[in-house]
Amino acid sequence: MIHKFNMNGVNIVMDVFSGAVHVVDDVIFDIVDKFEEYGEERVITDFSSKYSKEQLEEAISEIKELAENEMLFTKDEYENVLANIEGRNPVVKALCLHIAHDCNLKCKYCFAEEGEYHGHRSLMSTKVGKAAIDFIIKNSGSRHNLEVDFFGGEPLMNFGVVKDIVEYGREQEKLFNKNFRYTITTNGVLLNDEIQDYINKHMQNVVVSLDGRKEVNDRMRPHAGGQGSYDEIVPKFQKLAESRNQTDYYIRGTFTRNNLDFMQDVIHMADLGFKQISVEPVVGTDDNEYAIRQEDLPLIFAEYEKLAAEMYKRHKEGGEKDFNFFHFNIDLTGGPCVAKRLSGCGAGTEYLAVTPEGDLYPCHQFVGLTEFKMGTVFDGINTPELRKKFSNCNVYAKEECKKCWARFYCSGGCAANAHQLGGDILNPYEIGCELQRKRVECAIMIKAKALEEEE
Amino acid sequence: MKHVKTLNTAMLKNTLAKGGCGECQTSCQSACKTSCTVANQSCENR
Repeated sequence: MIHKFNMNGVNIVMDVFSGAVHVVDDVIFDIVDKFEEYGEERVITDFSSKYSKEQLEEAISEIKELAENEMLFTKDEYENVLANIEGRNPVVKALCLHIAHDCNLKCKYCFAEEGEYHGHRSLMSTKVGKAAIDFIIKNSGSRHNLEVDFFGGEPLMNFGVVKDIVEYGREQEKLFNKNFRYTITTNGVLLNDEIQDYINKHMQNVVVSLDGRKEVNDRMRPHAGGQGSYDEIVPKFQKLAESRNQTDYYIRGTFTRNNLDFMQDVIHMADLGFKQISVEPVVGTDDNEYAIRQEDLPLIFAEYEKLAAEMYKRHKEGGEKDFNFFHFNIDLTGGPCVAKRLSGCGAGTEYLAVTPEGDLYPCHQFVGLTEFKMGTVFDGINTPELRKKFSNCNVYAKEECKKCWARFYCSGGCAANAHQLGGDILNPYEIGCELQRKRVECAIMIKAKALEEEE
Repeated sequence: MKHVKTLNTAMLKNTLAKGGCGECQTSCQSACKTSCTVANQSCENR
């Protein structure tokens, strides 16, 4: 299986099963899929009016060479390795701790229903937090690196407990030969110098939320009284980003149907001095006025392409305006292994969310959907069937993914989105897939332009 | 080659041998929290 596309003046051919990515001239771009389908003779006949016989024969010989070296038309050999992955004794290596089911903003698109997750306001206790640390250590098998994300609602509303958990984890990791990597996601309203210092000392990554331009941010991210959050949080985020040397953080926004020109929001944040930016499409059902619809896709695709071209341009020029866009990151040479690419995000298996009460859910987005409750940090996982369902949720278990060239880049997409919009964790959210494919193309285009530049 | 420049030489198949150690970062813990993005994660077992 191959996938070919042209963007920003570059022809690209991807070989899905080897992972090889080729930048090709017009001859090969035109003929490569026809060659695979119909063979050499037909290609020479069909393209004789456009290219000379010598041109075609030379291009075909290069196509054959790539195929012989397993870099083109490579066969799918991965379905067979699934048995090993599905049969693995699952370990837990990452927890998302819901430190507070409460929030000091009332963001209109919040999947947590403005912080409360279909339930009531509550804060995690130190006791539950410590039990979560004990739970992950006990269930992590031989995994050394363990991740704990402090999430909400808004975790700074319960920061004393965050500190208690960090400290407890540091004690326990020595006893059990583990390494805790802490991260935190915050809206920044309560951020101050003291908290910033603590975060910089203890958190490997920090995600701060801003949607971009003031009017865009304040429309979707207001306080309970309706007043915007932009003016109070932006200076704090700028200070935080600088204090972390513009690395190991993301300023993260959400775009909706209200700002389909979201490139302007990314550029706005870059011009505010932020270097690590992520802006993601909102996920929601059509009854929400802000939800992205199928008919919006052409506009969003064009926006992604413009953004990719701008990001590449700024990167090439270097200096103050250069930035990194999370969804255009791609590691073509040292990326994840096939096992990871097949199994995806690990929700419900390696990755679990913990509510303030200590209940376990497959991930933060399932929290509050009681049919997905998997157990508690005190008593462990008590739903083996549910865990098995998530454990078997891989790209080859999804009919849509089996047909898709991007399956090894997105790894089957988000199980929560699939459940929410497709009715089943095995039924991917189509709009999400379309956007993901476009982002992969953009990311690869940027790599290809960089290669051109080197030469 | 005159018509082709290849961007990467690390082939997926080669990761079958020692892959699956699980020490790498969980994708949703990096920044997204709403969309699965795996291919930008790094391998910790190279």
